[in-house]
Amino acid sequence: MHSILSILQEHAKTAEQAGEAAGGAARALASANWGFEQKDIYLLMAIPLLPLAGYIIQLFFGRKLPRQGDWMLISLMFAGFGIAIYEFAKCLGAWSPEFKIESRTMGLSWNFLGSSPGSPSLVAGVLYDNLSAAMLVVVTLVSSLVHLFSAGYMKGDSRYHLFFANISLFSFAMLGLVISDNLIFFFIFWELMGLCSYLLIGHFYYKDSARKASLKAFMTTRIGDVCLLIGLCILYQHFGTLQFTELYEKVKIAVQNSPTHEWPEWLTAAGILVFLGSVGKSAQFPLHVWLPDAMEGPTPVSAMIHAATMVAAGVYLVGRAFPILTPDARIVVSIVGSFTGIFAATIGICANDIKKVLAYSTISQLGFMIASIGVGGVGAGLFHMITHACFKACLFLGSGSVIHAVHTQDMREMGGLRRKLPITYLTMLASTLAIAGVPLFAGFYSKDAILAHALARAMNEGIWYYYLPIAFLATASCITAFYMFRLVHMTFHGEPRDREKFDHAHESGPAMAIPLIVLGSLAVVCGYPFAHGIPAPLFSEARPWFLAIWEDHVPFETLLGGHFAEHHEHYEHILHESAHSNAVILSLCAAGLGISLSFAFYYFRWFSAEKCANAIRPVYNTVLNKYYFDEFYGKTFIAGTLVFSKVSSLFDKYVIDGIVNFVGGLMKKSSDASASFDRTVVDGFVNFAGFGTQAIASISRMLQTGRIQQYVAFSVFALVVVAALLILR
Amino acid sequence: MGLAGYLIVSAVMLACGIVCTVARKNVIYILMGIELILNAANLNLVAFSRFNGHLDGQVFAIFSIILAAAEAAVALAIVLNVFGLFDSIRPDDPDLLKE
Repeated sequence: MHSILSILQEHAKTAEQAGEAAGGAARALASANWGFEQKDIYLLMAIPLLPLAGYIIQLFFGRKLPRQGDWMLISLMFAGFGIAIYEFAKCLGAWSPEFKIESRTMGLSWNFLGSSPGSPSLVAGVLYDNLSAAMLVVVTLVSSLVHLFSAGYMKGDSRYHLFFANISLFSFAMLGLVISDNLIFFFIFWELMGLCSYLLIGHFYYKDSARKASLKAFMTTRIGDVCLLIGLCILYQHFGTLQFTELYEKVKIAVQNSPTHEWPEWLTAAGILVFLGSVGKSAQFPLHVWLPDAMEGPTPVSAMIHAATMVAAGVYLVGRAFPILTPDARIVVSIVGSFTGIFAATIGICANDIKKVLAYSTISQLGFMIASIGVGGVGAGLFHMITHACFKACLFLGSGSVIHAVHTQDMREMGGLRRKLPITYLTMLASTLAIAGVPLFAGFYSKDAILAHALARAMNEGIWYYYLPIAFLATASCITAFYMFRLVHMTFHGEPRDREKFDHAHESGPAMAIPLIVLGSLAVVCGYPFAHGIPAPLFSEARPWFLAIWEDHVPFETLLGGHFAEHHEHYEHILHESAHSNAVILSLCAAGLGISLSFAFYYFRWFSAEKCANAIRPVYNTVLNKYYFDEFYGKTFIAGTLVFSKVSSLFDKYVIDGIVNFVGGLMKKSSDASASFDRTVVDGFVNFAGFGTQAIASISRMLQTGRIQQYVAFSVFALVVVAALLILR
Repeated sequence: MGLAGYLIVSAVMLACGIVCTVARKNVIYILMGIELILNAANLNLVAFSRFNGHLDGQVFAIFSIILAAAEAAVALAIVLNVFGLFDSIRPDDPDLLKE
């Protein structure tokens, strides 16, 4: 029972002894004996380090390697996937005699800045629990499939090897972020991901729009990053640590110690600031503008950003930071998330670019996840992130396959493609069913769980603003079903609208087909194991395995005792008794309504979409132009920044430069005066001395004739004179 | 004949020596002039010694004569070498350092 704990503690001790010379110490964390050993930590660290090693090799030797090195990076990613699966199975307890749903946490961290108490510390380590286990599998899976897909999609690109290098670095950043056990390293990887997204969105740098999009993505997420950094500063100021596990403990203590179990205001502020980091990264409502433009990047990159890395990191952050969020902060999170959910979904209805539809769908789904975490369904939100990663990666890779086949992104030029692209059609259809929330597909379980939590929260609290999330989310899931089926109808069903493009279309090679098939199948099945535990029956009421980790840390209401605990028990009761069944009905109705509407409009054509659009022309135009957000930001923030920079530049040019030039001129004047003084007076003295010496010398050298007898004569003369003077005195 | 006679002879010898040293263009003559000057001094020393009753002056004169002999030997060696190099014994001819 104590073996793993003691192994780690012993290791910590020896590391401390060994590390005293190196000024470091190691700290271990393990919750129970569940078969983990030292080597597992190193295996886990290998998962992100493999793509990093690949990146470095690729950067220097990529061009010289056969096939420009893609096989190396693909195999490294698959190796990482293998390790992730192995560790996941271990964490799940696949080899233990009895299967138990429980939280399993382990970690190891090293302090780089000495271990004396009170000194500043830089701690880095690995945190591995049920959440990171699931994330690692999903991220490595999607990354390796995207790598594989890129080998087909990017063939013939002039910067093929660099593209591979960059997506490897991207994967490294995301994987490192997932296993980081503290917010400092989390933030480092987070920023690294911002850089990678910039590089990859701007991969076609010769296109003006791609350059602008990469810059936009970088700058917009930067706003969130600054907020996140401020949030981290507040947390560090108050808690003196940024380790996740320590933070959870300290928050709990801080709340328990306060006289009325009140949550401190600064914690609310810190929580909202951390959340704003996610708003930037996960493209939530005010900062959502970068994600649709990020479609300028190659399609595999879009799949990567939308499924495995960038936006998932934002949700992962909110999930990890959930115990720090106060109830007030959670309200903000849930309302922002659910509003984004419905807001982006409406834009998705009108978009005609296949990738833009998917981009807005991602924003909307991210809103679901964020809102779910906000209402307290952390597990549900993160669960949705995982199912979403599977079907959204499939949708993006499928759209890549479609674009590859017809060389256009405009859905109005497609149609009837199911006969030409059967694999793409089937996999995308499965994913569409999943995202629409059709029962038995992955998305149904996660979306249902989210709606259940939102509904339970609303029923439990009974205040009007708690009803907003459920209202928004239910509507949004209806709209989601509608626009996703619209996409399928416009792309694959009906008659081809552009005959020439249709005739040239053909299914792509196995490098692109295999990832589609894998992800398409996952879109069907990946909901079961997470939601219900592997051996559990389909509709078991048992607590899902995936959600178990939060029993340790959240919700605090149960730990605080008294009113809070009762409150929470009531919530749990509502959730399991009434909200869950109601949510199933709600989500089924929403999905059914959306799907049948889209069939009515785009398949049977009972109603004309154009006529509807004409009937509400102003509204339609507003939505078509994405509620004029880009224009609004362009007119206000960007124009404001430009004006400000112009004013600053003028200030610089006239005031600062004026002062500098004036001082410079003054210096020049004074140095001129000093120079002329130097020339006349100082040089005069020096020259006078020189000339004087020369003049005296030219006279006196006349005496020195070199004739010995003359010298003798002079001496005698001098002697005579001296003698005469002596005598005559 | 008293001390004055010796001194007058000595003064005449000194004058002759100086004139010989300054005016002659031959090194041998110059050396001879120097010998004259030295011997004028010696005559003075011996005369003063004789009239003052001390022997110091005479001892000093002997030193001086030995010194003159040594000096003549060195000087003649130099003159011989100068003649070998410049084919001349005029004191004005060796003027290599003048430039």
